[in-house]
Amino acid sequence: MKQKTQAIREEIEQRLAAGECATSKELIELKMEYLGKGGKISALSKGMRDVPAEERPEAGRLLGELRAWAEEQFDAREKELKRRELAAKVAGERIDVTMPAKFHAGGSVHPVTLVRRELEEIFSGMGFNIFEGPEIERDYYNFQALNIPADHPARDMQDTFFVGGEYLLRSQTSSGQIRVMEKQAPPIKVLSPGRVYRSDSDATHSPMFHQMEGLVVDKGITLCDLKGILDEFARRMFTAETKTRFRPSYFPFTEPSVEVDLSCKNCGGKGCRICKGTGWIEVLGAGMVNRRVLENCGIDPDVYTGFAFGIGLERIAMIKYGIGDIRLLFENDVRFLRQFKD
Amino acid sequence: MKVPLSWLKDYVDVDIPVEELAQKLFSCGLEVEEIVYVGQEIERCVVGRIETIVPHPDSDHLQICTLNCGSYGEAIQIVTGAHNIREKDLVPVALDGSSLAGGVKIKKGKLRGVESNGMLCSGEELGINEDWYEGADVNGILLLHGDPAPGTDIRPVVGLDDYVLDIAVTANRPDCQSVYGIAREVAALLGKPLRPLALDYTPADVSTAQQVTVTVEAPDLCPRYIAHYVSDLNDAPTPLWMRRRLALCGLRSIRNVVDITNFVLLEMGQPMHAFDISHLAGKQIVVRRAREGEKIVTLDEKEFKLSPENLVICDAEKPVALAGIMGGLNSEIEADTPAVLFECAKFERANVRRTSRALGQKSDSSARYEKGVDAYTTGIAINRALHLVEELGCGKIARDRFDVMAEVTEPAVVKTTVSAINALLGIEVPKEEIKRILTALNFSVTSNKDELTVTAPAYREDIEGYPDIAEEVIRMYGYDRIEGTFLKNASNTMGGLTDAQKLEARAGNALREQGYSEAITYSFISPKDYALLRIADEAQRAIKIVNPIGEDMSLMRTTLMPSMLDAAVRNVRRGNEQGRLYELANIYLAKQQPITELPEERRTLGIAVWGGAEDFYTAKGAFEALAAELGVQFAYTAAERPYLHPGKCAAVLLGGQPVGVLGELAPDLAEELSVEVPVYLGELDYAAVAAQADAAVHYTPLPKFPEVKRDLALLADEGVTCAEAEAVIRESCKFVTNVRLFDVYRGAQVGEGKKSMAFSVTFTPREKAIAPEDADGYIRRIVKALGEKLGLSQR
Repeated sequence: MKQKTQAIREEIEQRLAAGECATSKELIELKMEYLGKGGKISALSKGMRDVPAEERPEAGRLLGELRAWAEEQFDAREKELKRRELAAKVAGERIDVTMPAKFHAGGSVHPVTLVRRELEEIFSGMGFNIFEGPEIERDYYNFQALNIPADHPARDMQDTFFVGGEYLLRSQTSSGQIRVMEKQAPPIKVLSPGRVYRSDSDATHSPMFHQMEGLVVDKGITLCDLKGILDEFARRMFTAETKTRFRPSYFPFTEPSVEVDLSCKNCGGKGCRICKGTGWIEVLGAGMVNRRVLENCGIDPDVYTGFAFGIGLERIAMIKYGIGDIRLLFENDVRFLRQFKD
Repeated sequence: MKVPLSWLKDYVDVDIPVEELAQKLFSCGLEVEEIVYVGQEIERCVVGRIETIVPHPDSDHLQICTLNCGSYGEAIQIVTGAHNIREKDLVPVALDGSSLAGGVKIKKGKLRGVESNGMLCSGEELGINEDWYEGADVNGILLLHGDPAPGTDIRPVVGLDDYVLDIAVTANRPDCQSVYGIAREVAALLGKPLRPLALDYTPADVSTAQQVTVTVEAPDLCPRYIAHYVSDLNDAPTPLWMRRRLALCGLRSIRNVVDITNFVLLEMGQPMHAFDISHLAGKQIVVRRAREGEKIVTLDEKEFKLSPENLVICDAEKPVALAGIMGGLNSEIEADTPAVLFECAKFERANVRRTSRALGQKSDSSARYEKGVDAYTTGIAINRALHLVEELGCGKIARDRFDVMAEVTEPAVVKTTVSAINALLGIEVPKEEIKRILTALNFSVTSNKDELTVTAPAYREDIEGYPDIAEEVIRMYGYDRIEGTFLKNASNTMGGLTDAQKLEARAGNALREQGYSEAITYSFISPKDYALLRIADEAQRAIKIVNPIGEDMSLMRTTLMPSMLDAAVRNVRRGNEQGRLYELANIYLAKQQPITELPEERRTLGIAVWGGAEDFYTAKGAFEALAAELGVQFAYTAAERPYLHPGKCAAVLLGGQPVGVLGELAPDLAEELSVEVPVYLGELDYAAVAAQADAAVHYTPLPKFPEVKRDLALLADEGVTCAEAEAVIRESCKFVTNVRLFDVYRGAQVGEGKKSMAFSVTFTPREKAIAPEDADGYIRRIVKALGEKLGLSQR
């Protein structure tokens, strides 16, 4: 028996080594030839009958060992074959990773909204709320309460659209100042964004555009505070190096009034085409709230002071993104719009 | 406003370069918009002395000159066609490579074979006339007088070596609307003395009162009216120095007394007028409101029909001037005018502005009055004019005048403190510095410890309170000294968006996630936009702009649909084959017309979707995504709109109420617009949806037992809708939590007029698990109900 089992063992070793079974199917056939019901090892088991009784335990052990060994051999070979087959399959699955992706593109935010949102984030972090006043306004809120009486020359600064009687399309979000101050006692920190309208139309003027008014009224507010707030705005909206410059101006609802320039981000202040060689770009008007305006809203100007500023959102967007013509902002060409992401 | 540098230097020593002056003016609030060098067009043009003149050998009208141009050459040969020249004459010579007025370039060349190295110039070629240089209007070469050395740059010789500053003056500083007003600021800026204006004159033995009476019937519109008589006029030419100044500011010389009024306007900012007294009927001047329908023909020969809103200067019978705007043709000064009445007045600025606007008539005078003229300047400008009358020897000045003043305006006195000024500014400007600045600006200042009493100069009618004083201080002290602080004293406040603002931001996000880009369109639309959508009547509801830019932007929109269609069509025409746009903006709904209260501004969502891959249901996805984000459920029913496809149009309902519409652009309208890709338009009453929104998170525990899904294929008549079937499925079994249509089939297998609808139905167990046989039972119940209610059968 020992000889027989040894012979089978050698035979299996030889045949596996010879690579007789290159595929799983051949391996199974080979396995059946030895371990199957009519296989050579089974035949050997059947021959146990003819083994003398005293040799049977030893023969049985040898037979068992052979069976276990053979199964192990075939299993190992099977695993190896599967590994090779998978490797071969994977090797055939090479794709062109440069082909277009399948995805659903999200929409874009209008650049004016991007600027508005950024301003809202900057200022709400400083404790500002956001108030949206009506676009169709009464003359009182757009002009008179802002210290611009009828036939005041300052009305020439803004060619206003009228819709009958005392009603007009607001020419400035400053109207929101009055509505807030009428309802709320200081301390006030509010932004008033929205659409405004002026009868003007060319590459840098649109009959409809967006402004954002900022207003702070409290005890002890100073011109330095206005400067500090706008410095912060300039740094966050543009770059950390952006500087602001105040120069005297005139708005009936502020005193003193300033025009605020930002250092030109294109040339860094050296002077270029965009800043017309000055190194500065005019971006907004501001000032300390006129005492009459506070009085008009029932706020005691001897107790409270405040500042206000008005920012043109289109102007900021045009500077920030280098948009040359304001009309592009209202054409809504998707090739334009899709460039502005959240 | 134009300020010639040479004129400015009459009153203050400007010893810095003009660019530096401009920078200083800019920093104190007077923006110099442009610095024009008067002789900027003239280059390489010098004084030349004609040494010899010989005739041209091949021409009977040309002459060959030899010119001594000093360092540029002592024998320059130039051929000229002019004949008003003689040897030894001094003339302007345009050398080779020079440029002249109008950008004309001069190069050397040959004239009929003779070399010519430049050109002799006329006044016109230098861009000047008689107002700049005596003899400049002569036809021929300009003959220079005096003794300028050959080779001298011609520009200083003929008065072109000068600068004109174009200065923007803010509306609060009418006192700076003049050369002298700017000089006052410059003197303060440079710390130099300001030379006073000569205001003296010698009265003659003639009397204004004997010639005329003056009555001001409308003192509210005319706070001050001064009339002064000048007789024995002559028509002597205005001297060159005055003509030149007028010319530098763009005015031409007319005749001496008129030139004086213009000069005073430019110098002091006070408009004046001179009436030919022989034309004043009844020897009267009456300042009054015009009578209804009264007429006047102004100096420029335009006729105006007036109303009591307009102030006029009249004689005993008729208006002779439109107050503050323009004189009447009937009292114009002419060469033989024997005597004039000078008017120097302050008219109320708002009325001048209104009248000027209403009549569409403007002048240099009305421009000043609109900005405001102060009564103090009115009082001294007349003296300045009379001084000039005397200086020019124009006539005899009356010893008396009318000076009708509604009330004497006192200079503003502001009592404040150094600390109040500094508290507003946020920096510490030393008291002495404050006093120095204010004094330099002609304010008078007295102080006691912290207290300041500041009296404004009489011409500063804009000064009201201490913030004005603070502004004067800081604009001279320097805005660059303002150091940023971060709301040092302010209270803390809670900032941020309101819930409604956050919800709107989320709505926008939901749409952008669906691929929609945000659009911003104009709030105004055209009546034609309504007509295009075949809802022309709706235009009646829209609020009209009284003074629109044009009809295209004349109505405040009551719907976003026209704007959405316009955006889609523009995109398609530009070759953008596919796109999704949304806009969240207001529509404007008048409560009544004409409006007597603020209209409703209603936040509305508009969408536009176009492209071959889009259909009704992709567009509907926008509304469903929004509904999911805002926690609402929309229902849709077939609807019709004149501008939408009759078979592909839905009304959107929320809680049974219509809140929107969605559909494909009507094919015939698409054809009319030449749009070949399908376009879908939608509009939603965002305000109504937001009011119902439940955007809060409501957590539901996950089911304890597995959900059971069953597919259900139904045979239905074509008219049965998905929504109807879904409703029956849901109401037939309380465990149904989701119903999804996943297939619709039409064809031979189901028969004509029929369709097969396949639903996936989800049952969610509650207290105990749902066994397969339970689900079978539910399905049987559902199928039975579908059969009874809608006539459906299971396939």
